[in-house]
Amino acid sequence: MNKNWRKHSFVRLLRNWSGLIGLILVVAYVTVAIFAETLAPFPPNEQHPADRLQPPGPVYRLGTDEFGRDLLSRLIFGARNSLQVAVTSVGIAALLGVAIGVLAAYIGGLSDNVIMRVIDLLFAFPAILLALFIAAVLGPGARNTIIAIAVVYLPIFARVGRATALDIKDREFVDAARSLGAGHLRIIWRHILPNGAAPIMVQVSLALSWAILTEASLSFLGLGVIPPAPSWGSMLSESRVLMELAPWTVLMPGLAIMIAILGFNLLGDGLRDVLDPKLQ
Amino acid sequence: MQRYILRRLLTLIPTLFGISIVVFLVMRLIPGDTISAMIGTQFQLTEAQAAALRAYFGLDKSLPEQYWIWLTSALQGDFGYSVRSGQPVLWEILSRFPLTLELAIFATLIGVGIGVPVGILSATRRGAAVDIGARTFALLGMAAPSFFVGTIFIYVLSVYVGILPNAGKYVSLWEDPIKNLQQMIFPALTLGIAFAASVMRTTRSAMLEQIHSDYVRTARSKGLSEPVIVRSHLLRNALIPIITLVGFEAGYLFGGAVIVEDVFALPGLGRLLLSAISQRDYALVQGTVIFIAFNFVLVNLLADIAYTFANPRIRYE
Repeated sequence: MNKNWRKHSFVRLLRNWSGLIGLILVVAYVTVAIFAETLAPFPPNEQHPADRLQPPGPVYRLGTDEFGRDLLSRLIFGARNSLQVAVTSVGIAALLGVAIGVLAAYIGGLSDNVIMRVIDLLFAFPAILLALFIAAVLGPGARNTIIAIAVVYLPIFARVGRATALDIKDREFVDAARSLGAGHLRIIWRHILPNGAAPIMVQVSLALSWAILTEASLSFLGLGVIPPAPSWGSMLSESRVLMELAPWTVLMPGLAIMIAILGFNLLGDGLRDVLDPKLQ
Repeated sequence: MQRYILRRLLTLIPTLFGISIVVFLVMRLIPGDTISAMIGTQFQLTEAQAAALRAYFGLDKSLPEQYWIWLTSALQGDFGYSVRSGQPVLWEILSRFPLTLELAIFATLIGVGIGVPVGILSATRRGAAVDIGARTFALLGMAAPSFFVGTIFIYVLSVYVGILPNAGKYVSLWEDPIKNLQQMIFPALTLGIAFAASVMRTTRSAMLEQIHSDYVRTARSKGLSEPVIVRSHLLRNALIPIITLVGFEAGYLFGGAVIVEDVFALPGLGRLLLSAISQRDYALVQGTVIFIAFNFVLVNLLADIAYTFANPRIRYE
């Protein structure tokens, strides 16, 4: 993958409307998460008892919750929480999964068979159920949510890694590299992985969208971050009883989740259009 | 065909074994002592009492031995007892299952009923307002978490229409079909919307893939009308990826039902699982997870078989 190609792909991504909108949403979301302290008008857990359940207005732009906490600030810190969980879990899943898949395909034979059968087993569970089950057994908290999501997504990356390696390992340029004396690691690192970059990138984008949804779902069910730490899912869940009094407390976190998921889905679609000519 | 089905049925056995091993091993990840996890930390046990309980539950044996004991009793339908209710786990599960199954079936019907026609419309009128509207719906439907959609339904219904969808006791389909449908329609819609969104997307792209193929051009040039082409040529071929997706996603509905049942306070399998989790009723958690995974695998198998019916090319391989 040379520099020109990369630049060319990026330009094409910007010309693809779903890629462009997705990229804008994702960049906005990541920026909000990184600069949470600067952007948030209030500390996320600061209570203003006199201003409970205020509708959106000049001071509290998106209103306040039942403890008088500023909803906008909590949403901004919630973005950080969901991004941290999503990026860490998908990062672990992608690194381990691709490594396992590539190695399995590269070694081949019995070990490939055994590894892939074990991986297949994880596909025998509905994804959200497996995440829920692992999170429930490990107990609430961001770390356990990360583990749960990583375990669910690892097999998907293993399959992508394996498919790429199988496709490439017997190509002529790999034989050429081998005959020039390249070792196994060099072949995997310089030849197989770069060729698998495109499908892996598409998968990462879609995995991030799913991870955000799963984090929100787990914290909605009380299995995610521990309150009062702000998480979009638990904010929505806690506000449900107040919905008739203060609908914004439910609407805002829900919309935040939707926007983040939409961003990664659109980016994933755009990446697929640009990087995978076969699917065009 | 029969041989194919038989072969697929046989592959179920190792999968089910695998599921049981995964669930068994994950259950051992419960932090701390299993005994205190089982009976709660409020009881201060002496070491002798804890050892006696450990021996009673077979926890003093090696892991493979424990698995073997658990598996042999599970194969006889004995998944243990719920610590909280004292009822057999299997009985608890089976009494809650009909609701979840009904929810999943309704959601599938809604997903296919909306997704396929809208997908066809969107593909045949590519670029038109219908197409843009349908694709926007699909994008939003896939981005909206079911717990958000369900909560909005409840809000709109209770504030603007004046009905509470989850008020009162749940009535089964056999007791009072009309009341049951009233209770189920919104949960099913909640679950069905995301399903419809992905069915619509798959239908649209499968149709578009076929629309420019040679056989369609031939059909058109021999003067067939557009509806006939869509119905008897395009759809037949586009159906194959749609069936794969529907089968795959229908299984996922068992997972999604957990959240929707929680939102609408429906006493199904999902809520059973959630309350078992919060009450640390581990035998029940274990049994429910295995039961749902079994159903998931079964639905995927049915989808595979349906797929061979739709695609004769596979059948005779």
